[in-house]
This record gives sequence, structure tokens and C-alpha cells, in this order.
Amino acid sequence: MGNNLLQIKNGEKVNRADIPQLSFADFSKALIDIADNDGYVVQFFAYKDGETNKLLAVVRQGAKLYVVGSEVDQTFASLTASNEKFHMFEREIAEQYGLKPENHPWLKMARYHANYQGNPDVFGNNYEEDTPGNYPYFRVEGEDIHEVAVGPVHAGIIEPGHFRFQCIGEIVLHLEIQLGYQHRGVEKMLPTVPKKRLPIICESIAGDTAIGHNLSSCQAIESLAELKVDDGAHIVRSIALELERIANHVGDLGALSGDVAFNPPAAYFGRMRGEFLNLLQVLCGNRFGKGLVRPGGVTYVMGSEQRQLILDKLSEVRPELEHVCDLLFSAHTVMARFENTGTVPKERAQELGLVGYAGRASGIGYDARVTFPTESYGDLPANQNNMTKGDVCSRGTVRREEIMHSLDLIETLVKRQAETKRVFMKEYELAPSSFVVTINEGWRGEVSHCILTDDKGQIERYKVKDPSFHNWTGLAMSLRNEEISDFPLCNKSFNLSYCGFDL
Amino acid sequence: MLKIIKNRIEQGCKTSKYPKEPISLYKRYRGMPEINKNCDQALIKQCAEACPQDAIDAKAIKIDLGRCTFCGQCEMQSDGKFVSFSQNFEMGTASREDLITDGSLPELARHAKKHFKKLFGRSLQLRQVSAAGCNACEADTNVLNTPFFDLSRFGIDFVASPRHADGIHVTGPVSRNMRTALLTTYAAIPAPKVVIASGSCSISGGPFYGSDEITGDLNSIIPVDLYIPGCPPHPLTTLHALLNFFK
Repeated sequence: MGNNLLQIKNGEKVNRADIPQLSFADFSKALIDIADNDGYVVQFFAYKDGETNKLLAVVRQGAKLYVVGSEVDQTFASLTASNEKFHMFEREIAEQYGLKPENHPWLKMARYHANYQGNPDVFGNNYEEDTPGNYPYFRVEGEDIHEVAVGPVHAGIIEPGHFRFQCIGEIVLHLEIQLGYQHRGVEKMLPTVPKKRLPIICESIAGDTAIGHNLSSCQAIESLAELKVDDGAHIVRSIALELERIANHVGDLGALSGDVAFNPPAAYFGRMRGEFLNLLQVLCGNRFGKGLVRPGGVTYVMGSEQRQLILDKLSEVRPELEHVCDLLFSAHTVMARFENTGTVPKERAQELGLVGYAGRASGIGYDARVTFPTESYGDLPANQNNMTKGDVCSRGTVRREEIMHSLDLIETLVKRQAETKRVFMKEYELAPSSFVVTINEGWRGEVSHCILTDDKGQIERYKVKDPSFHNWTGLAMSLRNEEISDFPLCNKSFNLSYCGFDL
Repeated sequence: MLKIIKNRIEQGCKTSKYPKEPISLYKRYRGMPEINKNCDQALIKQCAEACPQDAIDAKAIKIDLGRCTFCGQCEMQSDGKFVSFSQNFEMGTASREDLITDGSLPELARHAKKHFKKLFGRSLQLRQVSAAGCNACEADTNVLNTPFFDLSRFGIDFVASPRHADGIHVTGPVSRNMRTALLTTYAAIPAPKVVIASGSCSISGGPFYGSDEITGDLNSIIPVDLYIPGCPPHPLTTLHALLNFFK
């Protein structure tokens, strides 16, 4: 397997010339072969190389990471027709570059924007009319069928997106999720803006994953610019990534309890989430960790004062967290709602290529911190989750376990002493004609950034992938044959990013 | 039941005494910038060039808090000699121009429109619209409903329908794809209504300024009454702005 692909390492620079360029038929066969044999797609995107359109794919199989490329015509044979893992990627390729995957089972817009090259729109849209959702949604026909439309503006303080439910009575037969409302043109902007703006933009790809995305970006730049990061900075970055994970998991457990109308834990988790955001503020002055990670290191050193503040807060909050988790997960009325709700069985999760806690809750063990470790993760213990039924309860339980695991990691890391030098944005040169891919386990799962540079060292193509890109389809599947009243619960158990998807 | 009571006792009362008692944020928090006007011009220029948001006007020696993401680059670049960020989080303003500052802001309470205080001082219901916000602004607005801030004790609530709202609180740079939904929501709110621009994105496009997929300036499509700067604004910045503008 993987004979005609190039094996690469997470965050290691590759010469573009070394990336195997296969004929499209071989390219397609090799990728489907990997995807059919327990392999997964990390990145799959189009770019312009001179006058030709090219495709590039990064796939993983076990602990191996491969890259491969191919030239592509205006239309190409869809890989999704053979394996579903390519489904969203091909929709994105069609939208961004106007290249059409033939026989794609469900070709539609990902984000509603005109393609980058002025090609005729694959979907026949006119983007002068600014209404995403102007599209014939999938419909179930029949006398007893009714349709529920939700969004883009939702009832709470949350991001916009559109959900279209096809129901029979209370039962959801099908949920179609149409996003794109949050599209800000991130990938189109990144190669054109001055380098000083990259970290600021990447921190706002998804604000709840500011560390995850900006870290992936900075690692890519460090690899291409050959910047060294000291051990102390690695430690601070890892702590920040874990704090981000805990804060979000704690917040979501609170939201889950709120969704089943169990108010005490909702209030307590909500307040405790703030404690972890405040620890990020102790580290770097911003509750989301914005401004902390920069190419070459971190902007703030973790001194003994900060170490002590973190340790003190953790020992104060840990028992509270344990008790409130116990309160939530031992309430029969809560369990009655959590268990066997929104189940995504392992086979389905594998077909779709789910990542992060959504994947782990369905029995896919993949955790990028273990498989492709960066920063300080190489010698840290992994978390082992045991509840893998794929329901809301499993996704909640995985979060609970990961909170406790992350608390341990932070306590271990805080006690490590290492020299750190404060860095801030400086000028750097990127290696010409190079390629790099970075992977990190953000709190939702696999975050990945790719950079291709041209022969002058300018960024030619910047590709961002948020784990939500894989997992939104998982949410849609979890709703099948569920009651519509369980949607909020299913939704919160995934808690996917709208802007991370929309870019 | 016993567990609920035990947890209740363990949690205690965590609600902040702010604004009755002052609250201090950790020293690394970057709030209102202090600007040294006598700083060497070359250093100011250097900071202006390094600013990722191009928020520093080197000639006028002013920072545009509507563009600034408070990343701290200028403070680090000048080693605090030109800019140092204070822990003062009270940064809301009633006009866009006031955000372009030499280090001081007019007192918000006095610049608020008096009829707003009369109309909404006792009860203010807001509809939040995220128009391509990155979820940081949204999350730190949501947090006002947690027990620590407990926004509803001030008679301020975020509501589900624009029909129930007195105003709109907008986050995000207003993507092309959210423009219509935002305007429809605004139109659905009964007049008189207030408009709050929260976060650098809604004020100036924030990190995404220059993208052709965004509007980047909320005030250019609906008239803004209250500006809350930050990336994202600290919950206390929002709380202070709401209390001073409406109370």
C-alpha cells in the first residue's frame, strides 16, 4: 500500500518537485485504495500550477502520512462515487476552482461563493444574488411529511447556518445542513496579505480554536522558514492547547445539561469554563489565547508566578469538576435522554471519516496528539476512552474523560522547567517551491494547514481544514430516525464550528 | 437531590460584585492602551509598520481601537516605550471617531443618547446576530449569562426573536452571505431600536479587513449607536458598555 505515494512527516518541509505526480487514473486508484483500507483523507484540494489545474492529497493510514498529486481536467471522475470520505472535499474543489467531479453522488455548494478562477460555476449559481439557501433542498415526498427550516439566524447567541429537517410526525427522516453564511474568504486572503497578518487571521478562523488553528499555521511557517522553537515554548503551546480543550469541553457539558433542562450543572459548568479561559488570560492576556503563538515560539514566557496561578486554580477546580460531572452523569433523567440518542455506529463513522471526540465516541481511536505528535506531546500519556457506542452519552463521556486527562497533562507540563525566550512577529523568508502539511489535535479533532510556496518563496496556495469539515455530515447522520426534539442535544454533543467550516 | 445540594454548597455564590465594587484583571490582560506621545518618531513608525491591523497612525500618534485586535505587537516592538496596554477594560464608545484615540476616551455614560436611558434603562432586550463572527465574540457575550456576570440581574437579556427585542447586537465582519439575514433581522425589530457593534470585525472588518467577501463596517449598512472594541471584547468591556450606555 502507498507504493506510489510519498511518505512524509507531520510539519516537515517537502520539495514540491519530490511530490509524486501520477496520472489521474493512478492518483484516483491509489487514494481510493488507501481510503478503502482504513485510511483517511487529511487534505484534498485543487490549486493552480502555472496554466494547469492540479490536485493534491494528503492521506493517513495508521501512523503513516502520505502526499500525492495529479494534473486534473476541467472535469474528472469523482472519487466520492467509490468512497464517501472524499465527498466534502470534492464539493469544495468544485466550488473553489470550478472543476467538476463527474458522478459525484450529491454535488452541491459548500459555502456559496464564486470560484477563484472565473470558471463557469459548477452549480449554475449567480453570486450577484446574495442569498445562500437559494437552492432546492432535498425533499421527502408524501402526505404525512412535513418540513422544518431553521436558521441561518438561530435562537441563541450562536453562529449562523441553515438546517432543513424532513419529518414524519416527530421523527426526522433526513436532516440537510447548508452552511456558507460565515464565509469570509480566508483561503483566498491568506496568500495575498502581508505575513504579519497571518497569525491574526488564523486565530480568527475559528475563535474557539484560536490556539489549534494558529498553532498549525505557525508550525507550517516554522518548517518553511526554518525557525527553531525552544522547549519552553513547546510546553506553553501544549498547555494552551489543553486549556482550550478543557474550556470548550466544560462549556459543552454545561450546554448539554441545559438542553435536557438540568440547570444546576449548566450553571456550574458555565462558570467553570470561565476559569479556564481566565487561565489562558493568565498565560497571554487573552481569554481565547489570541496573541500567544507566533512563528518561532510564544509571546509570553510562563514564569513561576503563572505556573503557581495555574496549579492553584487547577487544584481548586478539579474536585468541583469531578463532582459536577458526577451530578450530571449519575442523574437518571439525564441518562434517559443521553443514552441511545443520536447514535453514529462505528461503521458509519468510518465511512464518513469522523475525527476528534465524535470519532472516538464511535470507536475510532485516532488522536493526532498520539499518532502525529507535535510540541510536547511525544512523551505524554494518551487518553483511553472506553465508551464507544456513538451516542450523545458517549460523546459526553469522552469529553468528561478528556477534561480529566487534559488536567493531568497540564499539571505534568507546568512542572517541567525549560528555557523560553519571548518572541514576537519578525520578518522571515519561506523556502521556495516547497510544501508542508501540519496536523494538530484541536479540541474538536484534527486541525490541518497546508502551504505551497512558489519559486520565489511566496505563498501560492494556503489550505485550511477544520475538523468540522469532516464531522458536520456525522451530525446529519446522527439525526436519522431520531425525534426532532433531540436535535439540540445531538447538535451540542458534536458542537461543530460554522466559521471553521465556512472559512 | 443530596448531590444537587452538596454541589450547590461547594459552588457557593460566585457572582461578581462589579460594578458596585471594582474588579481587577490579570496584569497580562491588554485593555486600554497608554500611548507615549513623546516617543521617538522612528520607533512609532516602526510600530505602525509592524501593526498587523494597520491600526496605528504614526503622524497623529493615535491608535484606532476599532481596528486593533489588542495582539500586543506594538507594545512588544517598542518594549512598552510607545504603547503599553493597561488593565482598564472600559472601552465602549458612542461614536466611531472616538475609537481613534491618543490614549483617552470620552466618558461613555455622558455621551449616551438620553432617550435610550429613558426607554431601555430598566429593561433592555437584545437580539444577537453573528454575521460571520469567529465564535470568540459570541462565546464571550454568551458568558454574560453565566452566574459570574449574571447579566439578567441588570434587566438586560438576550432574546430569541427580533420581535421581542429593543435592539441588535452584531458580531462578525458581516459576510456577503449573512448580509440579507442581518438586514432582515434588523427590520424585524420594532422601532425605536438600538444597534451595537461588538468586536473589531463588526467595527472595521477586524482580522478580515480587505476581504471581498465581507462588508467590514456595520455602520455602513445600519446606523450603529454603541461600539464595543476588542478581539473579542472582554465580557467586562461589554458589561461596562451596556450598563453605562443604557443605565
